[in-house]
Amino acid sequence: MLSSARQRRSFMIQLLVALSVATGLLYLLHNTATNLAERGIASGFDFLSRPAGFDIAFSLIPFGEGASFARAFWVGVTNTLFVAGISMLVATAVGLAVALLRLSHNPLFKLLGGTYVEIARNIPLLLHLFFWYFAVLRNLPGPRQSLDFAGLVFLNIRGLYVPFPEERAAMIWLLLLFVLGLFLGHLLRGRAVRLRVTQGRFPWWHLLPYGIPLFLPGVFLLATAGSWTFRVPELQGFNFSGGLQLIPELVALVLALGLYTAAFVGEIIRAGIQSVPKGQREAAGALGLSRFDTLRLIILPQALRVVLPPLTSQYLNVTKNSSLAAAIAFPDLVLVFAGTALNVTGQAVEIMAMTMLVYLVISLSISYLIHCFQMRVLRYDM
Amino acid sequence: MILQTAQAAVEIRKLEKWFGEFQVLRGIDLEVRVGEKVVICGPSGSGKSTLIRCINGLELFDRGHLIVDGIELKDDTRRIEEVRRHVGMVFQQFNLFPHLTVLENLCLAPIWVQGKPKREVEEQAMEYLKRVRIPEQAQKYPGQLSGGQQQRVAIARSLCMNPKIMLFDEPTSALDPEMIKEVLDVMVELAASGMTMLCVTHEMGFARQVADRIIFMDKGEIVEASDPQSFFTNPRSERTRSFIAQVLQHG
Amino acid sequence: MATAPLVQPWRRWVRAHPLQAALSLLGLVLGVYLLLPAIDWAILKADFRGADRSACDSGGACWVFVKVRIEQFMLGFYPSELAWRPLLTLGLWLLGMVPLFWHHMPGRWIVVPLQFLLLPFLSWAVLDGSWLGWERIESARWGGLLLTLLIASIGISLSLPLGILLALGRRSRLPVIKWLAVSFIEVWRGVPLIAVLFMASVMLPLFLPPGVEIDKLLRCLVGVTLFTSAYMAEVIRGGLQAIPKGQYEAAAALNLSFFQTMGLVILPQALRKVIPGIVNTFIGLFKDTSLVLIVGMFDLLGMVQAASTDPEWLGMAMEGYVFAGFVFWLFSFAMSRYSLRLEQRLQH
Repeated sequence: MLSSARQRRSFMIQLLVALSVATGLLYLLHNTATNLAERGIASGFDFLSRPAGFDIAFSLIPFGEGASFARAFWVGVTNTLFVAGISMLVATAVGLAVALLRLSHNPLFKLLGGTYVEIARNIPLLLHLFFWYFAVLRNLPGPRQSLDFAGLVFLNIRGLYVPFPEERAAMIWLLLLFVLGLFLGHLLRGRAVRLRVTQGRFPWWHLLPYGIPLFLPGVFLLATAGSWTFRVPELQGFNFSGGLQLIPELVALVLALGLYTAAFVGEIIRAGIQSVPKGQREAAGALGLSRFDTLRLIILPQALRVVLPPLTSQYLNVTKNSSLAAAIAFPDLVLVFAGTALNVTGQAVEIMAMTMLVYLVISLSISYLIHCFQMRVLRYDM
Repeated sequence: MILQTAQAAVEIRKLEKWFGEFQVLRGIDLEVRVGEKVVICGPSGSGKSTLIRCINGLELFDRGHLIVDGIELKDDTRRIEEVRRHVGMVFQQFNLFPHLTVLENLCLAPIWVQGKPKREVEEQAMEYLKRVRIPEQAQKYPGQLSGGQQQRVAIARSLCMNPKIMLFDEPTSALDPEMIKEVLDVMVELAASGMTMLCVTHEMGFARQVADRIIFMDKGEIVEASDPQSFFTNPRSERTRSFIAQVLQHG
Repeated sequence: MATAPLVQPWRRWVRAHPLQAALSLLGLVLGVYLLLPAIDWAILKADFRGADRSACDSGGACWVFVKVRIEQFMLGFYPSELAWRPLLTLGLWLLGMVPLFWHHMPGRWIVVPLQFLLLPFLSWAVLDGSWLGWERIESARWGGLLLTLLIASIGISLSLPLGILLALGRRSRLPVIKWLAVSFIEVWRGVPLIAVLFMASVMLPLFLPPGVEIDKLLRCLVGVTLFTSAYMAEVIRGGLQAIPKGQYEAAAALNLSFFQTMGLVILPQALRKVIPGIVNTFIGLFKDTSLVLIVGMFDLLGMVQAASTDPEWLGMAMEGYVFAGFVFWLFSFAMSRYSLRLEQRLQH
């Protein structure tokens, strides 16, 4: 029961705070408008449709001459997502390996894992980046003396060259089919497990769903074999043609982000698995469960609950840290838009607002997705 | 209750185990007949928990012979898994699986280890839940149950595998006093149904009521083994005497 | 299995896990194969003596480069004759640690809150000098490890009071205040520090009245403080949530006002609980300060990077990075070990 005096006081306090904040904001806005007018800088978002007038070194979508600022913006967004996505994969894979090393009983493995973690995570990410970019990749040989991996992948000072279809769009189809395959495989495997539980044995096809993610793209490849070509990079003169060129800035960024974050991911996974009490393993063993089934049914579900929140924040960090691309001139969103475009147009307010909005949307989306996963699948509400 | 004198349920000969430099089991000789109830007691550090954890392979021993239900236990995972299908264990800390419901806890092993169909397993699980007197908790999660209820679920979970031998490692030591009785009642009923039981416990009242033999262990050896009557009225060793005095003092 | 423990345990292990034993051996061999040339380069063949490039002829690491440039790496472009001023600043900060640990210091409850606000200003005064009537050294000349530590310390120091306000605001029952706090925290936590630094560099001058100039370092500090305060707020909120409701009830029963409750009962307990979290935030900030390099300031990494482009010392990038990496690693590792020990001690 709030007394009306209390209610009035709360109201007054909130009113006061709201008014002060509003006044402050208005003052800032007024100053900004004056300053912008003084410098002759335009306002509004019309600049987005004007031609950008600069070039971008790496882009997943076409960015040709006369492309607009809006397109530059999208190049920045896709590059950021691309770098962040691959780095997350690298970080998860390496982090898993590191966690397994640290969890093993072998003292050598434990030492290896421990050393990696303590070194990688105590050195600033920027230093990781400089190390890979300036100290390693810049010292690679030229195209003529490239490092050669099975005649398919080439590494030199100009970058990493991998085979790629001539028609870029084909890769998107392959990727989509792969993801669809993962989804379908998951559903079918779930059905197989349900049959195992209700009938006491697995159906004859229970291992096939694992192959679907490879099967679908494979079928697509065979069906359309004639209509497009996979190009292996070939050295022609001083340079490579065909295939996809991953510029050294991209490679350095992925290596630095991936290996730095892997140290944190490894620790998170290790802590998660160790958080499951020993008694759980013993009880499962006492019931006769195999080691594999114990891991699958008892240990991993419980470990996953502990691992997911900090793992999510690490993934968010990867997305935000991809902005370090600005330090080595890789065209991510910050460099392309909040850097180059801002310098050219001077429209700081609009550009910074758009940039911050993109990062906010990405952060909130990832957080929300994981939150849904936690509530539905892991039943956190219990 | 017909005792099959031909085959012992558990046969232990000259069992020895070291933890590093410290010898925790110093040559244990013990034979448990089918259907027999054996209570093992002793001060902490006497090796009694270690002994019964050797029986289902949770601990490995260093020297001696251990034969459970006719299977000789060696450093072989397949043998250990085979033994565990016939031996159930109830832990001091219950060790229920917190992310599964009570019913799922009970059905997990029969489905994945014995390959029985879910419907059949669920029926049997409900039977056992009725037997431990908490059928209404089937859909709850372990975190929502009291300690006594959790331990009864743990007992039912082991019984769902239809073991021939049940091991109890201080099943009531982690319970509040008012919940000890409900668990002991279940164990008494289990004993009356003919199950072979090895029980490490401090509950002397239970021992007197149910045990065919009481074994007193100290410093890794079996000091005394006799029927409850002789054990309490006429203990042979001085160590046994002082232990009984201590335990009975605390009720 | 019935083997006595007299057989060496490792021989038994090798017999039982042949694959793992082989992998371990392989790993050992590989490790030695990679480690020996590194040690050779860094220590055995390295040049430690000399005064210029000509001393580096052995093909190993050229530590002469680091030796020659060490002042710049430590102080940036700060004149070395005046190095006593950075040292004085360091002394002031260390002095500031005293009230934090001396529980029975008289007047502690005034000193501690004030020092978080005072120390940053004092540092600026001493380093710059003009307010105290000394020779003025503009902030553009502050660099190296001095700048790294300065930004990190000022950032943490100012973000702590701000973080407390935000954390309290987020837990408030008044919707306007709560909504404002939540928006502030989520916005600053959702964007990268680089974007914040860009924003501070470019937009802060726009927010100020025309004609008002703002120091470049000051812009960085504003950005860093606002950014860190959002993370600090979440750390402190965790501590506040861990305080049992009974504490609030007891304070109410004693008729303490809101501020008295917070200042005397709740916050001291909450802050003590989250000291490891605060230290971890500091470690993170310490590593992140190298980002100021992107907006044109020269912290330790910035100085090392700049020095490696000096024509006289081309090709010394590796030595610079190893040195910088070592210094960062030393600080971070020491602080994280300290934080671990604190956490263990606090659990008692």
